[in-house]
Amino acid sequence: MTDDVNDLYQEVILDHSRTPRNFKKLENANHMADGHNPLCGDRVTVFARVENDVIQELSFQGSGCAISKASASIMTASLKGKTLAEVQSLFDQYHVMVTTGTPVDATGGKLIAFAGVHKFPARVKCAILPWHALMSALKKSPTPATTE
Amino acid sequence: MVNPAFHCHGCHGEGLMREDFPILNQSIHGYPLVYLDNAATSQKPRAVLDATRNYYERNNANVHRGIHELSNRATAAYENGRERVASFFNARSSREIIFTRGTTEALNLVAHSWGRANLKAGDIILLTEMEHHSNLVPWQLVARETGAELRFIPVTGDEGLLDLSAIDSLLAAPVKLLGMTHISNSLGTINPVAELCQKARRQGVVTVVDGAQSAGHLPVDLQEIGCDFYAFSGHKICGPTGIGGLYARAEIMEQMAPYHGGGEMIQDVEFTHSTYKEPPHKFEAGTPNIAGVVGLHAAMDYLDCIGREKVFCHDQELALYAYELLTRLKGVRLFGPQKGRAGLVSFHLNEIHAHDMVTLADQKGVALRGGHHCNQPLMKKLGVDSTSRASFYFYNSFAEVDRLAEVIREIQKFFGCAAA
Repeated sequence: MTDDVNDLYQEVILDHSRTPRNFKKLENANHMADGHNPLCGDRVTVFARVENDVIQELSFQGSGCAISKASASIMTASLKGKTLAEVQSLFDQYHVMVTTGTPVDATGGKLIAFAGVHKFPARVKCAILPWHALMSALKKSPTPATTE
Repeated sequence: MVNPAFHCHGCHGEGLMREDFPILNQSIHGYPLVYLDNAATSQKPRAVLDATRNYYERNNANVHRGIHELSNRATAAYENGRERVASFFNARSSREIIFTRGTTEALNLVAHSWGRANLKAGDIILLTEMEHHSNLVPWQLVARETGAELRFIPVTGDEGLLDLSAIDSLLAAPVKLLGMTHISNSLGTINPVAELCQKARRQGVVTVVDGAQSAGHLPVDLQEIGCDFYAFSGHKICGPTGIGGLYARAEIMEQMAPYHGGGEMIQDVEFTHSTYKEPPHKFEAGTPNIAGVVGLHAAMDYLDCIGREKVFCHDQELALYAYELLTRLKGVRLFGPQKGRAGLVSFHLNEIHAHDMVTLADQKGVALRGGHHCNQPLMKKLGVDSTSRASFYFYNSFAEVDRLAEVIREIQKFFGCAAA
């Protein structure tokens, strides 16, 4: 496969798409939202338990392509213990990264694996969908998030 | 124009007329392009590109109102195109052909002009579960407006045939309209439209056939099918985008109200009311896509030079070959009938989402389609969120199908699936 493909489907992304972390319903979640990409049918539900503006627990359920599943998995694994302000900042950086390739702050850890997505414009929505759902959950938005 | 000396030598799996398609001769990501997304849109031969270019370079003017030479030529080209469409589908007269932007607009025209005037609360619109959104959503809009009810002929699971066991009771009153696709864009099923139109006609039910995948892919004789409406697109049959048409049986077209209002479709206009031209012109408001009609005319000539039986035979052989190759791979679920299918194959890979599949195939030069194919309710019924689809045309070859199978195996390996 080409370098671009290996950038897109890095080992860490394949690993998280095959065995997603935090792939469950969170019974005591106090924030929850659905995300849907009507183009490819990806669906994700994000659950969060937030106390004192800090993410205590984060999980997701749903179905989709390798990129969206890995994105949800790595997102939930990366954001535990972050404050809402930190989450907002990482979301902003992640958004820039998947559209331009500019990497997120090193504290973002594995999130940097998604820098290769920007070379595949049709797949940016897959990588960003779980994040839109999360931001929608944190705002307690009453309507499902969508990438449209 | 294609080589007039061309003869059918039977299908030996070679791509036909490839040299007429400049676009096919290129590399994508370092690999030779294998274009297998023909159900979305076909490529265009030089004959079509030249005809369109020649029209703009020599004959371009507006139609039906100029008195000058160029306008006469443009009008003649446009109306000759209408004659050509009528002969291509064996309509009784070119007066039964309305030009539209494509299948979607043609189906919306039927729903809007015929549906709103003829449907009322309590009536039933009978469709099939395999309709493209373009033959579903317009009817949902009309149903909401008129109070008519939508019902569906079921599809028999993965095999993808229409379940016609209860068709006689399904077609009974108060069914007013039967709408069905001729060939399913996601399953490759060829529906028995002539038989269904005959049954419908006996019950006084009006019939609409979505011909987006059948026009230009197999011989279509509208008098034999006996439908009231048939919609098609030019861009799927070697013609330009933005041109297509609607066949409407003359008797039914004469009863219909206009679709869009504006120039070209009127006879006399007062401040408060107007009279309209005779059909089909009263359904064509505004300056039409004249260059599109010229290109469509050239595309139809081109296809008939190859022969639509030959095109169909070739595409079907490729699809059967693909079906057979993919059946041998592990973890592949195929949709649509095994026999009697049209030139496309829809499949689902275990543990690999269609979008990952299509992204990786593209990196190997193979253009596929992945998604719900504008068949969301059908995908839901089949229990998949999306499928990958390879769709063929006469310029595709057995070698390209081999390449498809090879690339699928590589992708399975890449994702660590058990490859066959």
